[in-house]
Amino acid sequence: MMRVFVIAEHRMGELNPISIEMLNLANALKGDGTSEAVVIGKDINAYAEELAKYADVVWKIEDNSLENYNPELYIDVLMQLFANNKPDVVLIGNTSCGSEYAPYLAVKLNAPIATDVVAVNATDGMKVSRYLFQGKLMTDLKLKDAETYVLTIRQGVFKEGVEVNGEIKDAGIKPSKEPARKFVQYIEPEVGEVDISQAEVIVAVGRGIDDESNIELAEELAELLGGVVAGSRPVIDNGWLPKDRQVGISGKIVKPKLYLALGISGAFQHVMGMKDSELIIAVNKDPEAPIFGVAHYGIVGDIFEVFPELVEKLNEMKG
Amino acid sequence: MNIIVLAKHAPDPESEINVASDGKSVDERGLVFDINDWDRYAIEEAIRIKEEKGGEVVVVGVGSKCEDTLRKCLAMGADRAIKIPVDTSLDAYQTAEAIKEAIKDEKFDLILAGMMSQDLNNAQVGVLLAAMLDLPFATAVSVISSIEDNSLTVARELEGGYNEEVTLPTPCLITVQSGINEPRYVSIMGIKRAKTKEMKEVSVSPTTSTLEVEKMYLPPVKKAEMIEGDPSEIANKLIEILKDRGLI
Repeated sequence: MMRVFVIAEHRMGELNPISIEMLNLANALKGDGTSEAVVIGKDINAYAEELAKYADVVWKIEDNSLENYNPELYIDVLMQLFANNKPDVVLIGNTSCGSEYAPYLAVKLNAPIATDVVAVNATDGMKVSRYLFQGKLMTDLKLKDAETYVLTIRQGVFKEGVEVNGEIKDAGIKPSKEPARKFVQYIEPEVGEVDISQAEVIVAVGRGIDDESNIELAEELAELLGGVVAGSRPVIDNGWLPKDRQVGISGKIVKPKLYLALGISGAFQHVMGMKDSELIIAVNKDPEAPIFGVAHYGIVGDIFEVFPELVEKLNEMKG
Repeated sequence: MNIIVLAKHAPDPESEINVASDGKSVDERGLVFDINDWDRYAIEEAIRIKEEKGGEVVVVGVGSKCEDTLRKCLAMGADRAIKIPVDTSLDAYQTAEAIKEAIKDEKFDLILAGMMSQDLNNAQVGVLLAAMLDLPFATAVSVISSIEDNSLTVARELEGGYNEEVTLPTPCLITVQSGINEPRYVSIMGIKRAKTKEMKEVSVSPTTSTLEVEKMYLPPVKKAEMIEGDPSEIANKLIEILKDRGLI
């Protein structure tokens, strides 16, 4: 009887959809076993009820000290829960917080771990698929036979599932110690002069623009198309564009009518921020760039050959 | 403050990536190796802390070919290097175990590492090591805002542009997000000085692997409709598409 545990994630009053996605996976994996969600926090009844739609069991671990995520407290209470409820598989979101505490938990459970997993096969041992090289390569791994496995799951993969309508249980567990690490506060995103999430046209630049001075070309093009300039992580890291222009999981989610991706390779972190744009046109010199997997139109080539021409023609049209 | 930095010698994801003939590994021909980009930010952060607070920066590398990356860190300003000539391939557990063994006699206040490697994207080694050493830890740190005698205040990156500020006592382990600083270039003087710095090899026996690669392959992707031609033809085609959609 396989017990698949899912550690739910929530922040600032919202349940992260990855929690339900992982339950979909758990229900697909469990066979004649159980899918069991664990929700940790303060005032978590609403989350527990939502999770119970998709889980056989929801374990509530509630305490005032658990109001904000803390990896030490999460591991503390989870180890208490697992002492009497041995998991076969523990699923955790491959999010900023999930990817932080999952490896630590794996060590404490003496469990093999795979991170950022996109496919799971548990019929003959534990086999998983995951990307390497920021999406350019994929690998199938077999984890060493063990009593418990820890997997972190990529968001947006396991969206389909069925309702289970299980029961909610209070685990009756409290943290056993004060954590060494203390939560201080959330820091809000910086607000810039333009909100790129409201723009109808976005000209986005990536590492492939090579130099800060080439931002000008993107700005010229954006102006001609009535849009704004945004960027992927490397451009922001280099300080070529301000942080509020970053498209991706750690930046902004955008859905413009036109998204022009110039020299962006298409790492998952970026793609999650722009994949729902109405029209995506990508230019990259690498024909294997993952961005061509999400774009509607693709151009393999040098952006500095293609775009001056486009800018010129657009200028002519405007007269 | 004495700092240990973990630095990986890793292939650049922008280099040519092909599956080797065994179907289970990456063809090394075509790969360009350098310091893992996230670790470049970690070594820079360590050197900045040392410049402000004093102490020593020790850089640790795993792998038979990691020497170039360690030399680079020494040239940037690290004081000495520890090379662990063990090839752990894909298994982060083995890598963390090897580091734990190799640094067991080191006195440190802080371990710094990049939040993930640019080739495997596991984001595991740092936290596994923290767990093995029972250290407080924080990942994806975007700012170290204050360094007191026995504690650090850092911001770690969450989703959607948010950060969370947390405090940690030392000794602790931190993995840094890219963009935390602007890494310096290696100077000629730095390269000269690096030649006289200590590079110690520490042999450890690798632990048993926790995973096995069954297959490596190019991911299946839905392909975009490709536009071909000379720049002028491409520009015309693009204008046509934009007109059709009412975008111009």
